[in-house]
Amino acid sequence: MNIRGVWALYSFEMQRTWRTLWQSVVTPVITTVLYFVVFGSAIGSRMEDIGGVDYGAFIVPGLMMLSLLTQSISNASFGIYFPKFSGTVYEMLSAPMSPIELVLGYVGAAATKSILLGLIILATANLFVDVRIEYPLVMILFLVLTALTFSLFGFIIGIWADGFEQLSFIPMLVVTPLTFLGGAFYSINMLPDPWRSISLFNPVVYLVSGFRWSFYGEGDVSIGLSLGITAAFLIACLAVVIWIFRTGYRLKE
Amino acid sequence: MQPIISISNLSKTYDGGVRALNSVSLDIEQGEIFALLGPNGAGKTTLISAVCGIVTPTSGTVLAGGHDIIRGYKKARAMIGLVPQEISTDAFETVWATVNFSRGLFGKAGDRAYIEQLLRDLALWDKKDAKIMELSGGMKRRVMIAKALSHEPEILFLDEPTAGVDVELRRSMWNLVRGLRERGVTIILTTHYIEEAEEMADRVGVIRGGEIIVVEETEAIMRKLGKRQLTLTLTEAMETVPDALAEWHLELADEGHRLVYSFDANDESTGIPSLLRRMGDLGIGFADLDTSKSSLEDIFVGLVNAQQEPAA
Ligand SMILES: Nc1ncnc2c1ncn2[C@@H]1O[C@H](COP(=O)(O)OP(=O)(O)OP(=O)(O)O)[C@@H](O)[C@H]1O
Ligand SMILES: [Mg+2]
Repeated sequence: MNIRGVWALYSFEMQRTWRTLWQSVVTPVITTVLYFVVFGSAIGSRMEDIGGVDYGAFIVPGLMMLSLLTQSISNASFGIYFPKFSGTVYEMLSAPMSPIELVLGYVGAAATKSILLGLIILATANLFVDVRIEYPLVMILFLVLTALTFSLFGFIIGIWADGFEQLSFIPMLVVTPLTFLGGAFYSINMLPDPWRSISLFNPVVYLVSGFRWSFYGEGDVSIGLSLGITAAFLIACLAVVIWIFRTGYRLKE
Repeated sequence: MQPIISISNLSKTYDGGVRALNSVSLDIEQGEIFALLGPNGAGKTTLISAVCGIVTPTSGTVLAGGHDIIRGYKKARAMIGLVPQEISTDAFETVWATVNFSRGLFGKAGDRAYIEQLLRDLALWDKKDAKIMELSGGMKRRVMIAKALSHEPEILFLDEPTAGVDVELRRSMWNLVRGLRERGVTIILTTHYIEEAEEMADRVGVIRGGEIIVVEETEAIMRKLGKRQLTLTLTEAMETVPDALAEWHLELADEGHRLVYSFDANDESTGIPSLLRRMGDLGIGFADLDTSKSSLEDIFVGLVNAQQEPAA
């Protein structure tokens, strides 16, 4: 195992984060504040509690998930796409690094970054509403699992993409709508029936629900199902990544 | 001694159907400077990329330091440094960060003293904190070399290291390469500047259309394939070559003031003494005589053209 190589790659990627600290931290903080001004104060004050939870607090897990998903995907996809675009990927390919080690470096850094972001959003939210976390360990587990899964997903997009537009295509056209429709700002139990059943096909529902369960002990679906679906998605992404390295798909001629 | 790189029957067909390498076999000896020559599109970069793991070979095997580049890729790659043809660097990083990153990627513990010396040798030390995008093209190329050398490789591939580099920098690169060789590093370089190969390489290989057509010691190839010319400056200009001298196939140059005789340096008898004797008999006087040999460039062009004809 080339631990030094993994560490070099990981810290090099994290370096990029520190360099763009401004965008990395300020943007989500401002976004979170805006959400709270609009949903928490303006609308939330006229909303009833959902399942005994104040509306402002209710949206915190969904808000975190929304950032976690989009940030994981964009960090990881950019992280691998950029070397491909600039040509510096030659160095990764010619280094004594196994596929697993490359993934650990890239995906590890992208996941770390979005976990940090999630925590920053949580801290910001805490300024506006009282957030209580019933099951902190499950919360951390979900945070890490989601960040890893979607960083892997982003890694796949970054390898597949052959233009910058495609990098933002999936997050914008697929992930953001799925998150909004996935109960980030409401409980899908509030939906009338065909919509509630249709929502159950949206994988993000399970993420948001499980994550919310770790905060307030209550979710739209059972916590076991949430964990199961998240794990299944993680395994699927892993399988694709392994296939990519086996075949050299879009990495090597 | 066992060759440090052993390539056997290496072929590469790109997805588009281009057969860039056609069953190439080549051994590189430890500690030599090997120059790979060939026209554009001959397959030089493809050959290097296949050895370094950037391109997956279609068939054939490559051993580096005895390690198979596929099955033992970690050990093989750890020995190799690569300076690719295209300059590509992380524009926003500093020289110091990017060179240290390369070292780490190859699994080596940090060594500030070594990296400092390396940057000094490459005249980059005063730029160590500069962002790469702030550097000139020649400096960027040196950063690429620094990255390739950062992990103290035993084998260094230089894919056209001196393309677009000014004369002074070119000289300093040659010195660097010689210095590396003295430390025991094996160097494989490609170049379009034949003088470079002539000046530096212990051996040259010529590749064309994905096939190695010649591999020879630089001196031997020049001795073997080099043509020599004898130029005689005549005391009196002549209009045509006299029939009595026909067997030497002479040419007139400089409006009849010079007679040029081309001969093969390897022939047992060059024909010069008999030519001079015959000229004496005919009363043709000459004021000066001069011999020259062809450069590797002439040889190279001759080789590539000669191979082209049967293929056509
Ligand atoms: N990625 C690729 N996909 C398809 N064909 C390629 C690719 N890279 C190179 N080729 C083709 O393979 C052949 C050999 O190219 P290569 O780059 O190895 O040549 P070269 O000897 O390095 O040339 P140059 O002196 O111009 O650098 C060429 O016909 C080229 O068009
Ligand atoms: Mg080339």
